Amino acid sequence: MSSQDIPEENLPAEHAGQPGAVSVADEKDPFADPGLPPHEHRIQDIDEQAAKRSERTVALLFTLSMLATVGFIAAFVAIPHDRSIFVFPIGHVSALNFALGLTLGAALFCIGAGAVHWARTLMSDAEIADERHPIEASPEVREKVHADFKQGAKESVLGRRKLIRNTMFGALTLVPLSGVVLLRDLGPLPESKLRHTLWKNGTLLVNMNTNEPLRPSDVAVGSLTFAKPEGLEEHDEEFQTEIAKAALMIVRIQPDNIKDRRELEWSHEGIVAYSKICTHVGCPISLYEQQTHHVLCPCHQSTFDLSDGARVIFGPAGHALPQLRIGVSDEGYLQALGDFAEPVGPAFWERG
Amino acid sequence: MKKLSARRRHPLAAVVVLLFALAATGGLYAAFAPAGKAQADETAQSLTIEEGKRLYSVGCASCHGTGGQGSSDGPSLVGVGAAAVDFQVGTGRMPAATSQGAQVPKKKNIYTQAEIDQLAAYIASLGAGPEVPTKAQYGPEGADIAKGGDLFRTNCAQCHNFTGKGGALTKGKFAPNLEGVDPKHIYEAMQTGPQNMPSFPDTTLSEKNKKDIIAYLDAVNSSDTENPGGLSLGGLGPVSEGLFAWIFGLGALVAVAVWVAARTAKAKRS
Amino acid sequence: MSTASNQEARSRGKAPAGERVADWADGRLGIYSLAKANMRKIFPDHWSFMLGEVCLYSFIIIILTGVYLTLFFHPSMNEVEYHGSYVPLQGQLMSEAFSSTLHISFDVRGGLLVRQIHHWAALIFLAGMFVHMMRVFFTGAFRKPREINWLFGFLLFVLGMFTGFTGYSLPDDLLSGTGVRFMEGAILSVPIVGTYLSFFLFGGEFPGHDFVARFYSVHILLLPGIMLGLVVGHLILVFYHKHTQFAGPGKTEKNVVGMPLLPVYMAKAGGFFFLVFGVIAAIAAVAQINPIWAIGPYRADQVSTGAQPDWYMGFAEGLIRFMPGWEINLWGHTLVLGVFIPLVAFPLVLAAIAVYPFIESWITGDKSEHHILDRPRNAPTRTAFGVAWITIYMITLVGGGNDLWATHLHLSINAVTWFVRIFFFAGPVIAFLVTKRICLGLQRRDREKVLHGRETGIIKRLPHGEFIEVHEPLSQEQLHTLTAHHQYEPAEVGPTVDENGVERKVKGSEKLRAKLSDAYYGEDAQIPKPTVEEYKEITSGHGHH
Repeated sequence: MSSQDIPEENLPAEHAGQPGAVSVADEKDPFADPGLPPHEHRIQDIDEQAAKRSERTVALLFTLSMLATVGFIAAFVAIPHDRSIFVFPIGHVSALNFALGLTLGAALFCIGAGAVHWARTLMSDAEIADERHPIEASPEVREKVHADFKQGAKESVLGRRKLIRNTMFGALTLVPLSGVVLLRDLGPLPESKLRHTLWKNGTLLVNMNTNEPLRPSDVAVGSLTFAKPEGLEEHDEEFQTEIAKAALMIVRIQPDNIKDRRELEWSHEGIVAYSKICTHVGCPISLYEQQTHHVLCPCHQSTFDLSDGARVIFGPAGHALPQLRIGVSDEGYLQALGDFAEPVGPAFWERG
Repeated sequence: MKKLSARRRHPLAAVVVLLFALAATGGLYAAFAPAGKAQADETAQSLTIEEGKRLYSVGCASCHGTGGQGSSDGPSLVGVGAAAVDFQVGTGRMPAATSQGAQVPKKKNIYTQAEIDQLAAYIASLGAGPEVPTKAQYGPEGADIAKGGDLFRTNCAQCHNFTGKGGALTKGKFAPNLEGVDPKHIYEAMQTGPQNMPSFPDTTLSEKNKKDIIAYLDAVNSSDTENPGGLSLGGLGPVSEGLFAWIFGLGALVAVAVWVAARTAKAKRS
Repeated sequence: MSTASNQEARSRGKAPAGERVADWADGRLGIYSLAKANMRKIFPDHWSFMLGEVCLYSFIIIILTGVYLTLFFHPSMNEVEYHGSYVPLQGQLMSEAFSSTLHISFDVRGGLLVRQIHHWAALIFLAGMFVHMMRVFFTGAFRKPREINWLFGFLLFVLGMFTGFTGYSLPDDLLSGTGVRFMEGAILSVPIVGTYLSFFLFGGEFPGHDFVARFYSVHILLLPGIMLGLVVGHLILVFYHKHTQFAGPGKTEKNVVGMPLLPVYMAKAGGFFFLVFGVIAAIAAVAQINPIWAIGPYRADQVSTGAQPDWYMGFAEGLIRFMPGWEINLWGHTLVLGVFIPLVAFPLVLAAIAVYPFIESWITGDKSEHHILDRPRNAPTRTAFGVAWITIYMITLVGGGNDLWATHLHLSINAVTWFVRIFFFAGPVIAFLVTKRICLGLQRRDREKVLHGRETGIIKRLPHGEFIEVHEPLSQEQLHTLTAHHQYEPAEVGPTVDENGVERKVKGSEKLRAKLSDAYYGEDAQIPKPTVEEYKEITSGHGHH
């Protein structure tokens, strides 16, 4: 409605050469500032037809937005939430998500596009220069503030009454301690919790997949098996915390290929059980390459050699994976012969 | 030097030519062979093994030795079983062009299934090993997809990614993308542990477990898998999402900003 | 302002309703004096000035969608069995946090869309802040009086990173859980107090039953609360300082040239909000983000390859990936350098860019206000430093995705890691030197352009047969724009002898400053602007070419 009178108000080029902008050439600034260039008119400023076209475009965009919102509501009501459609080239997607997203996107985008088009073509585009004022206060103000402050400080007698000052600072320093103390019960103290797992002498190695105890004959050379301690079930309250320490990775290596003496000693006929928890920052590590016996961590690429005491051969881990000493129970099942000899998982200060 | 001469002795081209010739012979043989229906099983079996042995001596023996005993260029095949042959040859990994490189990639298979079966029969005759699974074993009927997902995340995702998109191993090796891989081959891979992949024998990952895993993969990593949110961006997670946000998200917004801030066309110089 | 006339108008009942409401509000809030200063406030137009708005708007979008998500999300780690609509997880054990996120994605109509808008907007928010920060850096907009606002912005970027991290960890999925485990490992590496910090954060051993609820309160309350305060402060300062502008005719340090807030900028900025929201909504319609159903619930003994954080944490991931595994065991204690050094390097990398403005202002010793922006080429050392910093950032980002680079470019992961190890140090040096060269080259070209005019591409044959290219002299506007930048003189160490002839001690910092200043503004570090004499000599001597 106001598109007709907008050009009128900015027809004269009075904004040209805002005074004060022009400077004089000097050593530092060899080419003087000629000042703001004169304002030039847009097509819409002089051609009423063009302005009308702009107005219609803006109105169309706003109307499209309204239609899109109607579409959004219609889609919300009409499309079942489990309907899947094929959209080329995206693939099989949720019809509801696709419809809602596009209608919402269109509704919003059209409002924005309309407003911007309106601003760009119909609102005045005359550039205006606004003066800046220095941020620093004038010397008088500065003096006044300093004087006021001194006056206030003097009246508080804080400088003279040292006892008040010192005890106040003391009190203010101490009071946040209550807050710090309150945080104490966020968690228990570490004690030796990180040093122990559920493994102990006689605990059977239970296959993660079948939930059955493992026999040596189950584990073939070149195979990879994951095990948990007997008695730990997925439904247990502390399952996550316990499996985070106790998870085992079991492989079988030809005894001749085991380079580390202790590893061989702690194995059973070439079956070795290593902690599945990386010694770097604790990712479950198990990218086992059966020909090289290397095991790679998917998180930070620490690489361990399972045929050589799981020592680190690449990457950021600082020490070998802990090995669990295993043997065979009377019933012929694989069993642990004790807990890990060292803490599993990431290193920490008290680890030693 | 040895490898060089070995390669010169059996360039792939010659193998391919020979195989075509063999395939033609086999085809002719099949066409003209007496269709004696009630032939004794044993005879058929030994014939198959014979055929397999012939194929073997042409395509495989130069690396794996004339009797499958292995050489410096290829491991022994005694006891690897029919499943390993079916996987390796069926996915085109064998015969390999060279034993060098980080790992032997998948490529176009040049044998017919009948020839693969013959090769497999021959290798199986060298020593007992896992057999080629039947459709009942790897088919999706009666599988528990959710259990398969859990098993996949425990046993497979560490190398093959959450939904089997593949991932990196050490020194240029990699775990391949599992999309579009024949369920039979997935089953055989678990069974036999090809190349650096560890095996997951039935004793530790039961037949049912394998079926579940295959059904899970079929649900989450096939061309028909639904990605409700839209483009899956390769299923690679935050890296591809981040690239998308930068290129298309921020890119689009900068383009819009350029439009918003640009000067409108002036009338004067028209 | 006169109350009398207002009352008069009111009593006559003739003033329009809007005006009456405004009068009412002014009597209580003093809005007129606020509006007087701000209603026609001038904002210069440049696309790069809208990058900050991208951030502001995506932040608002994140808050709006985030509030919606809290209505459905259960921040609990209680174990539940899933029985919702997503078949491949039927009957699986998972935390309530995970199952409620599945519920939002599959059973709440539009829930997936809002989740995706929230997450996409977060990625774009951080990307926008990064680019916005670089725009401010390379144009020198951080100089006095805007140093504090630079710090506000920097804090927003850092807090945004942690808000993002705590946010994407909430669904308790296998990917984010792996990230949380990484964080726990990093905390454990802190000497002396690491284990205690970890136990207090997780309420015991990892993962425990608490961290989702704790991250939730940090993610939706603590961090966004601080950020909201900083955003408001940031905006108030932008208004108070008035926007910077590029050099050009009519643009001085004492004015700001552009369009008024009402109506042009209000329409443009307001419209831009809808444009940003619209684009992000459309992205959320077509591109899937963080499909936790495909990732699966967190289990401490499960993992997937390709375990990366969202992009803004990627450089931290890179730092930790290329670090060698150093570990020192002494007197029964372990110093986990392999993790602790990256943990310390993480804030240091960020701090390097944050403190730069203060270092530069110390070197220049410039105490005046700057409102005219530098073109990056005219501050070669600053630009080179910025590019070097981006290079470090990008190299570590590559390191953070080393496995994907390896698989997609058919490289060895070890080779990629070694590349990152070497170029973490070599990359920024190379980038610094090359950038500085390029800047000086561009300065030389500007000088040529001023002295000889613009190359028109028109070849003319002179009467005696010589071919020349016609150069068109620049207009006064262009000449001014190209020479408006300020060039510093290198600072020198003051006289070593005071007025009484007593030798004074020259402080080390003074010498350092002189040295740095020479590196910044010495002969090899900037091309002198053409002088009027040079210009006159050339234009009068050779005529126009």
